Amino acid sequence: MKLFRTAGLLRHLKYFFIIATLLYVGFTVEVMGVQPADTLSRQLDEIVVTARKPNEDIIPAQTLSGDELHRLNSNSVADALRYFSGVQVKDYGGVGGIKTVNIRSMGTNHTGVVYDGVELGNAQNGQIDLGQFSLDNIEAISLYNGQKSEILQPAKDFGSAGTIYMRTRTPVLREGESYHARATMRAGSFDLLNPSALIELRLSRRVTASLSAEWVNSSGKYKFRYRRVNPAGELAYDTTAVRQNGDINATRLELNTYGSLPNGSWTAKVYNYNSERGVPGAIVNNVWRRGERIWDTNSFMQGQYTGYFGRFSTLNTFKYAFYRTHYVNNDDKQVKIDNLYKQKEVYISSANEYKITGRWRASAGYDFLWNSLDADVYGFVKPDRISQFLSVATALDLDRFKMQASALGTFIHDRIKGQQAPADRHVLSPAVYMNGYPLSNRDFSIRVFYKKSFRMPTFNDLYYADMGNSQLSPERVTQYNVGLLYDHTASSSFITAARVSADAYYNRVKDKIVAYPKGQQFRWTMLNLGLVDIRGVDLTGLITLNPWNDLYLTLRGQYTFQRAIDITNPADNYYRDQIPYIPRHSGAAVANAQWRGWSLNYSWIYVGERYNQQENIRYNYTQPWYTSDISVSKDFTIREVSLRGLLEINNLLSQDYDVILNYPMPKRNYRFTLTVEI
Amino acid sequence: MKLRHYLLPLLTLLLGAASGCREDELVVPTEYEIIGDEYRDGGIRGFYLVNEGNMGSNKCTLDYYDYYTGLYSRNFYAERNPDVIKELGDVGNDIGIYGSKLYVVVNCSHKVEVLDAHSGIRLGQVDIPNCRYVRFHRGRAYVSSYVGPVLIDPNAPKGAVYEIDTLSLAVTRKVSVGYQPEEMEVVDDYMYVANSGGYRAPEYDNTVSVIQMVDFKQVQQIPVGINLHRLKKDRYDKLWVTSRGDYQYRPSRLYVMQKKPGYNQMVVTDTIPVACSNMAFYGDYMYYYATEWNNYTASNTVIYGIIDVRTKEIISDSFIKDGSEKDITIPYGIAVHPETGDIFVTDAKNYVSSGTLYCFSSDGYKKWSVRTGDIPAHITFLVK
Repeated sequence: MKLFRTAGLLRHLKYFFIIATLLYVGFTVEVMGVQPADTLSRQLDEIVVTARKPNEDIIPAQTLSGDELHRLNSNSVADALRYFSGVQVKDYGGVGGIKTVNIRSMGTNHTGVVYDGVELGNAQNGQIDLGQFSLDNIEAISLYNGQKSEILQPAKDFGSAGTIYMRTRTPVLREGESYHARATMRAGSFDLLNPSALIELRLSRRVTASLSAEWVNSSGKYKFRYRRVNPAGELAYDTTAVRQNGDINATRLELNTYGSLPNGSWTAKVYNYNSERGVPGAIVNNVWRRGERIWDTNSFMQGQYTGYFGRFSTLNTFKYAFYRTHYVNNDDKQVKIDNLYKQKEVYISSANEYKITGRWRASAGYDFLWNSLDADVYGFVKPDRISQFLSVATALDLDRFKMQASALGTFIHDRIKGQQAPADRHVLSPAVYMNGYPLSNRDFSIRVFYKKSFRMPTFNDLYYADMGNSQLSPERVTQYNVGLLYDHTASSSFITAARVSADAYYNRVKDKIVAYPKGQQFRWTMLNLGLVDIRGVDLTGLITLNPWNDLYLTLRGQYTFQRAIDITNPADNYYRDQIPYIPRHSGAAVANAQWRGWSLNYSWIYVGERYNQQENIRYNYTQPWYTSDISVSKDFTIREVSLRGLLEINNLLSQDYDVILNYPMPKRNYRFTLTVEI
Repeated sequence: MKLRHYLLPLLTLLLGAASGCREDELVVPTEYEIIGDEYRDGGIRGFYLVNEGNMGSNKCTLDYYDYYTGLYSRNFYAERNPDVIKELGDVGNDIGIYGSKLYVVVNCSHKVEVLDAHSGIRLGQVDIPNCRYVRFHRGRAYVSSYVGPVLIDPNAPKGAVYEIDTLSLAVTRKVSVGYQPEEMEVVDDYMYVANSGGYRAPEYDNTVSVIQMVDFKQVQQIPVGINLHRLKKDRYDKLWVTSRGDYQYRPSRLYVMQKKPGYNQMVVTDTIPVACSNMAFYGDYMYYYATEWNNYTASNTVIYGIIDVRTKEIISDSFIKDGSEKDITIPYGIAVHPETGDIFVTDAKNYVSSGTLYCFSSDGYKKWSVRTGDIPAHITFLVK
């Protein structure tokens, strides 16, 4: 037995050396290991009583969930997304800094973000600040390239070029348990104080509820350093300063109710996020502090009903959202600004599926979405928009071969005050997903997808002061993807799980909305000018080992290669240059060891060299950065109370880096978390 | 024990990715290009060009062309002054030489950088909030600033002109003028300042402030046109003032101000119906370009014209004769060599990539062009 294990280990080492060598050659492979979403659904099955098992995705998502997610030294959802391949996070630094994601170089506006089944919207600028979403109550984050390959979903979900799904924790109440509570206290660098609480209640046999509350307060002050040497190697300057005006004070309140019905289930949510933030701004010569502040109030309520009636299933969604942003510039040296923006959103969706045969299903969905934006800005046209989405989809499951085809029609009608509204727009977005298991044991699969999608010009693109251009057309993306997956699990062996995936893709962004110089000195307008050609490879890998009794080791990693070049116009200086802030190489690696309630986590993130502007010249060169984070946690129980202590050290080697030019990131920083659960 | 077996591959993994490792961040070195347009006979040694750089990028850079060597040096400030933290700064807005000193107005770094005009070595800086343009008069430098002393309405502070002693580099006096003042000029011991009121849109300022230099006091505000910007004097002490219009209903215009014989007061005498964006003088000629955006065609219309300053008549609407104006996306700066009459036009392209500096002979043919920094804009000539 022991001999056998050693042989296994040797085989395994060999495998590792191959990977390591590949990495060294520069074709950095590997890593990641993201759990398929269906595993999670299965877990959730045990909790939410649904009449039947949800259909598996044709192409599984990259998912981080549960304990693994919470050990990853992440402050926010955006931090956790760095462990997914194909994703670039723009991070302006600090606790309150804006963080947005860009999937496969297609641009932030092509990324859909879904919170508990309903997409979050921002009609003003199309970008969701993922820094605002704390991980406190998040149970799982999944990333789907293209769409979730499931046919019973809101029509709008068929629309994005890439989608991030965030799911909050569902009450876990064992038989006879009537309530469950958790309290967490986080404290650490930047004067961070972040208490949160969660109460889960059983209201009746079929209804449960949870109330989650959180408060974040931080001065946002951290030391950063700029150092330059001249080519002779002599020190030119070396300065360390403290980041100012990066403070945040925010609260989050979330009330969820979950109900099961004889033929389905329902959920309802009320969400409120309130924050006051300083906007730290760019660090430039002679300017180390700025006076911009933002107050955000984001509230929404949403409900979802799922019903199963024989061959027929239905998913119905409702949402009302109100976002209020108050922006003030107090800087004595600049123009005083005090603007209030209000966005409203109403969303109604109905998706319906019919099982034609055991292997063949079809669905149709219709969504209605209304957005409005009001601002106390001179000459503001107060736009509102009615978007209607109509989807048809079909899925075929031939056991060893699965496929899905969908088509989404989007119809958009804008209205603006005092002016003629632009013509209505309509766009068709088709998609085809296929997955096959060439081997009988299903460990190995091949997947392919094709998708056309678009993003609507935002209210800012269309109507912002004199910069907007109401004649803009939607920006279009076409994606082609081919991938392989090897996924093996064995409950009692040295290797308990191994998973490697590789995807190659080709994307084309057409009619990209870019700022174009207009008229006299320094004024812009938006035009459908850009053309971007993106070729990439995403690799992920995961391996879980059980070398000794209760010791489990998990290694995971991801590597992303992206060649995203601007092919708009051969006369441009930057023709065929890599687009800004997209590294050719990036990746992450995580090593985790668990032993009897102890957990040690090491994670390493690498973002290769990139350019901070369109031209790939020396002046625009931005150095690679890589940070090491470690965390140690221990679970223990005192009588009925379970506790967890977690210590995190981020940027262990204290690297001084900018993700975005002139937005310095913190040096080494710490965080301590204590969680009590009853 | 077994863990150790994994350390090696793990280390290899780390090393592998480290092939794209961080290095010491270098001071960005100067780049040189051979242009070869040598000119040694006259009194001009070369010229400086300030590239504004997009806001927040901290990419205001300084280029220099030397007529002795025929070499164009791109971005030479950082190399000359490596110990200045975060280099020249954010958004250059003007440049000027007075005596042996070179003054660079860096708008979003809220300072005027003072260099030795021949070596480019830093002599000091003068902190002036939101500073815009610099002019010189009798041993003093004058800098217009959007931010004056907060007086009545703290939400709409008037602009100011700061006076700097060019020896001590200290601010000696300042005077409150109209809203968001831009260019200025001194004629007969009176300074004329173009007020834009750009922060107050749609209620733009429309006046030229008159400052009496001895007492350094604003004595008058002359209504001219909305959203004023350029204000330059020709060789006959006439003032040429541009209005940017409101970008919507009221077009950009060019005004001429001069004194009536026997009076000391400037009055608007002519309104020339061109959307003048910027101008430069050479003898009796004013070279200008006018850029207008057409919403219908979604494109810019640009005119490169010449006005005879004596008759105030447009004598040409295209000083570029060889068709190379087609290569210019968005003209952003103009200058004329005071001796040879060579015309310089800068192209800011899309504002976020390197621009181009074009040199045309006085008869309108392209002599050479060179890549610059981001948003090449303001040129000043260095006298030997």
